[in-house]
Formats: sequence, structure tokens, C-alpha cells
Amino acid sequence: MEMAAKEIFKEKTNKALGVNPDDARLTLTYFSLAFIVLFIGGTLGLLQGLNRAGLLELPAWFNYYQVLTAHGILLILIFTALFMVGYFYAAMSHTLGGLIPSVRKMGWTALGLMLIGTAMVVITIVMDEATVLYTFYPPMQASPWFYIGLVFIVLGVWAATLGVFTNAAIWKKRNKGQHLPLLSFFAVGAFLLLFLGSIGVTIEVLMLIPWAFGWTETVNVMLSRTLFWSFGHTLVNVWYFTAISAWYVIVPRIIGGRLFSDTLARVVVILLVILNVPGGFHHQIVDPGFTEGLKFMHVFMSLSIAFPSLMTAFAMFAVFERTGRKEGAKGLLGWVKKLPWGDVRFLAPMIAMIAFIPAGAGGIAQTNNQLNQVVHNSLWVTGHFHLTVGTTVVLTFFGIMYWLIPYLTKRELTPKINKLGIIQTITWTVGMLFMSGAMHLVGLLGSPRRTSYTTYGDNATALSWDPYLFFLAIGGTLLFIGVVLMVYIVFHLMFKAPKGNTEFPIAEPEDDASTTPKWTERWGLWVVLAIAVISMGYLVPIVDLVVNAPPGSPPFRTW
Amino acid sequence: MKLHRYEEIWLILGVGILVLSMVVTGYQTFAQGLGPPSDTDQIDPQKVDETAPFDNPGVFEVGENEYEVVMTLQAFGFTPNEIEVPAGAEVTFTMTSKDVIHGFQIAGTNVNAMVVPGHIQTITETFDEPGQYLILCNEYCGAGHQMMSTTITVY
Ligand SMILES: [Cu+2]
Repeated sequence: MEMAAKEIFKEKTNKALGVNPDDARLTLTYFSLAFIVLFIGGTLGLLQGLNRAGLLELPAWFNYYQVLTAHGILLILIFTALFMVGYFYAAMSHTLGGLIPSVRKMGWTALGLMLIGTAMVVITIVMDEATVLYTFYPPMQASPWFYIGLVFIVLGVWAATLGVFTNAAIWKKRNKGQHLPLLSFFAVGAFLLLFLGSIGVTIEVLMLIPWAFGWTETVNVMLSRTLFWSFGHTLVNVWYFTAISAWYVIVPRIIGGRLFSDTLARVVVILLVILNVPGGFHHQIVDPGFTEGLKFMHVFMSLSIAFPSLMTAFAMFAVFERTGRKEGAKGLLGWVKKLPWGDVRFLAPMIAMIAFIPAGAGGIAQTNNQLNQVVHNSLWVTGHFHLTVGTTVVLTFFGIMYWLIPYLTKRELTPKINKLGIIQTITWTVGMLFMSGAMHLVGLLGSPRRTSYTTYGDNATALSWDPYLFFLAIGGTLLFIGVVLMVYIVFHLMFKAPKGNTEFPIAEPEDDASTTPKWTERWGLWVVLAIAVISMGYLVPIVDLVVNAPPGSPPFRTW
Repeated sequence: MKLHRYEEIWLILGVGILVLSMVVTGYQTFAQGLGPPSDTDQIDPQKVDETAPFDNPGVFEVGENEYEVVMTLQAFGFTPNEIEVPAGAEVTFTMTSKDVIHGFQIAGTNVNAMVVPGHIQTITETFDEPGQYLILCNEYCGAGHQMMSTTITVY
């Protein structure tokens, strides 16, 4: 596949038009790998869904928890990281007039580091040396090479981050007084959040490595867990960040509208960077070792993330309405009919946005103490996760593919592929409705997450969950069909679609838009504020966990 | 930055709902004592069997219509695994783990807590309805995680 791509690009370098072929090759390599990873991860997801419903028995040499570990890490870490770097590097290349050669090199270095890390992680999982799930909570102890693999993945992400910052800084120097184009502004924000969020987990993994080699005897379990979650939930918001950059900048253009407000979009970026990292603490509401007062403060800190999301929701629907009215829509909801529902480049992100309404509401609900206690570690959480990430984020990513790949390969989205894309989007949506819906309901009844097929010795309560789990399996099967269709579409657009010109859709501001204030670019201040908020959330509990640590735990291998 | 009038209303409403949910949560937590399980006591995870009260796990009547269940969690079971309490009694579960992280959940109730090695966790529930309740581990703890369950009989 690589070879074929190389051939195509060689013939292209001669007639470069708009897209820089070197940058395009970087992004296309990222996307190719991302969708291969999606295919493998999706297949593992199908196996899990079928097992959980009692329809399929997995062999001992590749058991449920191994499959779950691989599914989680491949899709949560690798697919999303590959997609995000590929997408934002393309965005920078387009909006900043091509990547700077050293940055392009950083992009390739990042890819190399991530692939080395992924290989180490996958090999240890397949060898059953790291069946610890994607949360890898100690004192369950995986092979040290599993943790070293994770370090390489983080180093890859940091290399990509450095590239984004470098390109933005050099552009600013060359274009004194100008605002960084909005999409690149999003890139800087998203990677800054990713960097801030990954510091905690990196410290955790660096503590686990000597312990896994046996150089240190015990590990501080609660500290590890807390450092993990400072990253775990931030990561989710980094993908959400990536998705909304397309909502703000791309979607308005696709429906023939304008940017809602450049300033508001930038404020949302800044708020997401500042507020996000402590949000992960709500995963620890029913943990021991923290006082109720601290937990209450964290409920507040988690909920504050909803504020920029509320701003986003308003902005999106305002754009839809405004665009519809310009085209002559009347009445309260007449603009709904004016939207291009038959255009998959719109339909996929639109369903993603609609899914975010219940997904966000569910998130707000489960952040609060009592509701959290009802659903914590139940399948509800898995359902919520598949609604936010699997639907809101991933459908937006899919929507981006329909124009970004043709743009990069100088091809065209044909009506036929558009139609197939709509079928894919609907299959995905229905699959998620079934699967996530069933997970939400059965989770409320108490069915646990991360558990292979069991009836707990034919316990009556557990048996009553079976019908829901059957729907979960149906949903999972539809989603697998969705994955196959999507992977086909991506590679078709890459290699087979007819030649042509596809634009990189960037929405323009309204003619009477007010100018963006200078203070939006004060990154130094935003970083200081972010660090202040992170310290407010984590300084007290982490110092407490270190100073008043209980005796550590020796390693266990329970699988 | 100038905000649209409707946007202001939308954001004020949104923040209002968030604040309201905080007030409700705060009231439940601090006034009604319905806070999440948050025991801050510690224990040496390698000496659980020698440390009171876990050197003697079991169900104890500690007051009028009050029971304490002293429980250890380990891969892949709960000790004790036969629990019987009368209906209407207030039952406090005092728990710790002897190995990895486990979850403690009683299906159909709000009883749900993490049990982490090195820490003691407590959670209280009053079972009004007689019957048999399913207790399960809801945090992955190894190859037999799906078998880690027991029941509590309320008579
Ligand atoms: Cu367990």
C-alpha cells in the first residue's frame, strides 16, 4: 500500500496544486494506519459484543480480557492519536501555507515513535503478558515492555505536539500582528491540552517501569490511579476538541454558511484548555482515601467543562438557522429543511452533534455524586463512552474523511460514494443506538462493565439482563459492518476515486463580523491559568497521597 | 466579546442548571449525609489477615437493628460469602482488598464503591425489601473477574 501511495505522489509532485504533496503524504500515511487500526479494533469489538451476550465463546489463548485490552488501547489511544495528528497536520499545512520542513520531520518522527510503542504494547498483549485493560491499574502488573511501549506512544504524541507549536510559532513570527488561522488555533489548543493531560500518566508509567522490572518492591496504588485519571478523561476531551474544530470551521462552509464568531470559537478553545484536566477526577467519586469535601469541589470542576460545550451547542444551531434563513427558510424550524441532509459531509457531523445532546446530558448527570454511585463501573459508563466517543467524535472523524482524503489525493467524492457514506452513517448510528442504548439501560439495572459473559451462577437478577445484552450484540454487529464500510470508503477515496479537485472547506467570517481581540493569542497567560486550575484540582490530593501514603502494594498477576 | 441576547439567556439557563445540580448534590452530601463512600483509613495491604477487624471477617450485630459486615475482597471472591441480615436493618460494609483493585456493587441498590489495596472502604445501606441481592465485583481484577460474586439474604 505504501508503495502504491509513493507512486501516485511521485507523479503528482510535478503538477502540485494547492496541497503540498509532502504534507499530503504524511497525513495520508497517518490516515491509512488509523483506519487499519480501526478495522482491527472494530473486529475485536465485535468479538467482545458477541461474547458478552453469550453468543460466542472466546478461546483461552485469546480471551475476553486480552481482546478488551487490545480493543481499548488500539481504538482509544492509537486510532485517535493517528487521526488527530494526521488531521491537524493537514489543517496546519493548509491554513499556514505548508508545513515547515523541520515540522514535517517531527511528524514522521512522531509516527515512528508511536509505531514502535504500539508494536511493543500489542506484542505484550498478544503474548498475554499485559492483560491489564487500557487503564492498567496497579498492583496488577504487566510486562515492563508494555509500559515502555506506552512511553514510546507518549513520546510520539509529544513529538507531534512540538511540531504543532513550532509551526505555529514560526508562522506568527513571519506574519507579525496577524491572528493564527482558526483551525490552526484549534490545533495549538488541542495539542496543548493533550500535552498537559499526558504529564500525569507519564509520571505514573515512569513509576511503574522500575516496579515492573522488580527494582522497586511496591507501588502506591491510589497515586497511580489518580495520575491515570488526570489523563484518562482529558484524552476524551482532546478528541472532542478535534471534533468541534470541524464543527466550527468546516461544517458551516459545507452547508454554505459563514463562521458563527471567530472570537467565540477561540474563547471556547481557551476555556477547554484551562478547565479540562481536573475533570478526570469524577472517575474517582466512589474511591476511598479522599474526603467528601474534595470530591465535591471536583464535581464542580468537572461540571465547569459543560460551559464551553453549551457555547458550542448555541453556536452550531445558530449557524444552521442563520444559513437556512439566508436561503429563505421561514418559521421557527423552516431552516431544518434547508440543510443538505443528503450530503454525507454534513450528515455525519450533524448526527455527531445531535448525539452530543444526550451524551453531554448523561455526562453532566453521572458527574454528580449520587447518580455516579448508581452507574459507576456499570455498563452505563461504557454506553456513555460509546455515545460520546464512538458517535460524537468518531462520526465527525468519518465526516472529515469524505472531503479531506479527496483533497489530499486530488480526487473527487462521487455521488455513489456519497450514497455509500450515507448508508455507512446510518448503519453506524443505528448500531450505536442499539448498543449504547442497551448498555445505558442495563447499566442502570446494575450490569457491570469490563466483565465477560456471566450469569453469576444463574442468578435471577443477572439473567434478567440477558435481553439487553442481546441488543448490545446486534448493535455491535451493525457497528462492525459500519467499520468495514468505512475502511472501504477511506481506501477507495485514497486510491480509486476519480481524479478531480476537492476544496478544503474553511468557513469565512460574516461580512460584518467584529475583529478578533488580541488577548485571544496570549498563550502564556492561558498556560499559567491552566496550571493554576490543575494545581487547584490536584495539588492537595496528590501531596496527600504521597505524604500520607499507605504501605505500598506488591505486584499481582491475576490473569 | 459581544454576546447575542439569546446566547446570554441560553448560557445563563445552562449555568443555572449546573449550579442547581451542585446545590442539590451539596445538600444531599453535607446535609443529608448521602455523600459518596469516602473512608480515609489506611491498612498495610500485605497484612490484612493480621489487622483488626479484617483478621475476623463476618457479620456482626453492632446495635439495635444495626449490623456491620467486615469483608475482605480478593481474586476472585468475597469473604464472608454467606451474609444474612433482617429487613429494615442498617448495614455497614467495612472492606479492604488483599490483592488488586476490586469493585463492590449490590445490583439494584445504590451500593457501589471501589475497594483499593492499602485503603479501608465503608458504605452503609438499609435493605427494606426482603429477598436475595446479588453482590458483584465491577472492576476488572483478573481472569476470574466474571465469577466474583456472592449474595446477601435479607429476611
Ligand atoms: Cu474483583
